Amino acid sequence: MTPTTGTTVSTALEMSDVRKVYTMGDGSDVVALDHATLKLGSDEMVALVGPSGSGKTTLVSIAGGILSATEGRIVVGGEDISDHNAKELTKFRQNQVGFVFQSVNLVPFLNARENLLVVDELGRRTGAPARARADQLLEELGLADRAKNLPSQLSGGQRQRVAIGRALMNDPSLVLFDEPTSALDTELGEQVMELIRNEMKSRGTAAIVVTHDERITHYCDRSVHIVDGRLEA
Amino acid sequence: MKLALKELRRRPGRFATATVILTLIAVLLMFLGGLLDGLIASSTGAIRAQDVDAIVYSDTAQASFVRSRIDPELRAQVEAVDGVTEVGGIGNVQLGARVPGNGPRDLASVALFGYEIPPTGVPEAPAFGQAYADDTLKADGVEEGMVIELGPARTPIEVVGFVSDTNFNGQSGMWASPDTWRDVLSQNRPDAQLADGVFQALVVRGSGDLPDEIDAATGATESFTVDGAVNAIPGVEQQSATFNQIIGVTVAIALVVIGLFFALLTVERTSLYGVLKALGAKSSTIFAGLVAQAVVVTLIAALIAGTLVVVLDLLIPPGSIPLQITPSRIITSIVLLLAAAVIGCAFSLRRVLRIDPASAIGTTS
Repeated sequence: MTPTTGTTVSTALEMSDVRKVYTMGDGSDVVALDHATLKLGSDEMVALVGPSGSGKTTLVSIAGGILSATEGRIVVGGEDISDHNAKELTKFRQNQVGFVFQSVNLVPFLNARENLLVVDELGRRTGAPARARADQLLEELGLADRAKNLPSQLSGGQRQRVAIGRALMNDPSLVLFDEPTSALDTELGEQVMELIRNEMKSRGTAAIVVTHDERITHYCDRSVHIVDGRLEA
Repeated sequence: MKLALKELRRRPGRFATATVILTLIAVLLMFLGGLLDGLIASSTGAIRAQDVDAIVYSDTAQASFVRSRIDPELRAQVEAVDGVTEVGGIGNVQLGARVPGNGPRDLASVALFGYEIPPTGVPEAPAFGQAYADDTLKADGVEEGMVIELGPARTPIEVVGFVSDTNFNGQSGMWASPDTWRDVLSQNRPDAQLADGVFQALVVRGSGDLPDEIDAATGATESFTVDGAVNAIPGVEQQSATFNQIIGVTVAIALVVIGLFFALLTVERTSLYGVLKALGAKSSTIFAGLVAQAVVVTLIAALIAGTLVVVLDLLIPPGSIPLQITPSRIITSIVLLLAAAVIGCAFSLRRVLRIDPASAIGTTS
C-alpha cells in the first residue's frame, strides 16, 4: 500500500468530487451520488445521516470498494481505488475495509470464532496469527466464552459484537457500519453504539456509521447529512 | 472451499434430498450398466472365450452360425494362408434341454458347441455323448454326472464338468466333441445336419492380419478378430446402443438434478454470497465451494448406490436375470456421475458471477 501524493496516512478516507450515475433502461440517467467530497481522519467516526434513497448506501459502497464511481477520486488508507478493477477491489476489501451489515449476516453454520476467521480464509490466509487475533478480539468484545456458539445460540447484541469482531479481523483502515442499531431496542442500541465507539477509538480506526436515527449520532465525532445524492456541509 | 465443506458437515440435512435422489439415479445407472454387461456376457461368452486370432464364417452368413457353412475345400484354403498355424472347426445348435427333476415344460435353454480347439477355460473335447456345461445351468438344477436330454429328440448328454462365461445368445453354453454336436444336430435338426468335415465356422491361430488375408485368399469367407466377431453377433451392437442411450439419458437426468438443486441453493444463498463477496471472497472461491459440495454429495450417493447394487446382485437368484455387477462398471458409473456433478454446477456459475456484493448492504439505505 503506497500512499498517493497529497495523502497522508493520517487520513483514512478521502473522497473528492465523486459521482455515481446509473443509466436506466429508457436511456435516462439517475445520479445516485453527486459531487461528493468527504474526508475522514484516521481515527474519526462520522455519522452519515439521510432519508431512504438519499445515497447513503451508494456512498458507503464506493468507499468500501464494492461499487466503482463514475467520476472522482477515492483514497482509502492511502490506497487510491479510483481506477481499481474488480479483482483489485476484491483484494482491497480483503485488506483495507471492514463491514458491519444492517442484518448482521453472520454465516449461520459457523460458530462465533469461525465467523471471524472466515475473513482470513477468504483473504490473507495467515493461519495461526489469524486464530490468535480472533481469540484476542473475542476476548476484548466479551465473547471469549461464546466462541463456540453458533449465531442462533447468541443474542442480538452478541451477534452484533461478533459482526464487529469480523469487521476488525483484517485490521482495516476504515470500518463501515450500515444501520447498526436498526434491529435493536433503544437500550441495546445505545450499548452497541457505546461498544462501537470504544472499539474504534481504542484501535484508532476510522468509521462511517450509516443511520437515519438522529438519536445515535452523538456517539460519532460529527454528522454528515446527505440528501438526493448530495452531501450537505 | 473449507467453508463449503464445513456447511456439508454441519448441515447434512440440507443436502439429504439431493443425496437420496442421486442415490436412486446412481442405483438405476449401475443396475442398467449391470444388465447391459450381463446381457452382453450371456450373448457373447462363447465367442469371447475363443483363444484364437480369427473367426471365419462363410461370406454370405453375416456372422451367423446358422447361416454359415465351411466345407473341407474351403477349410484347406484357409489352412494354406500365410501366417496360419492352426485351424479348428466349430459349430453350435440351440435347443431346449430337459433336466431331471424339472417339469416337462420347464426346459433349460442351451447352445451346444462342437469344437476342435478348446476355448479359454474349457478342457479338451470330452468323449462322445458327453459335454461340459456353463455354470449358469446350475440354476436350472444341472449337476455334474447328470444326464440331460436335448431337443425334441431327447438326445442324452452327460454333463462331465462345469465351465464359466461361455454362454451364447442368452443361452447356456455346452461344449462337446464335433461328433456329439453332429449327432445332436442330425437327431434334432435333420434339415440342418452337416456332412462330416463340414463346420459352421473356423477358429484360426496364427500371425499377421489374418481376417483380411484369409478373406483375400479364399474370396468366400468373412473373417473377424475375436472382438470383431463379438460385435458382429446379431443383436449385440443394437443391444449395446440401446442400453448406452438409456444410460446416457440417466446421466443427463443426474446432471439436471444436480444443476437444479445447486441453482436453487445458490438462489437461497444469494444474500450470504453477497456478504462473502463484500468481505473479499472471489467468485471463483464461491464457485469452487459449490463444485466441492456437488462432488462430495455425488460421491456419497454413488458409494451408497454401489453398495446397494452389490447387495442386490447377491440377493438375486443366479440365472434369474442377466445381471453382472463388476468393479469397472461401478467405477465407470461413479466417474460419469462426478462429471455430471461438475457440469451440473456450471448452471450456477453465471448466477454466482452476477451476485452483487452491494446487495449485502442495507435495503433501507
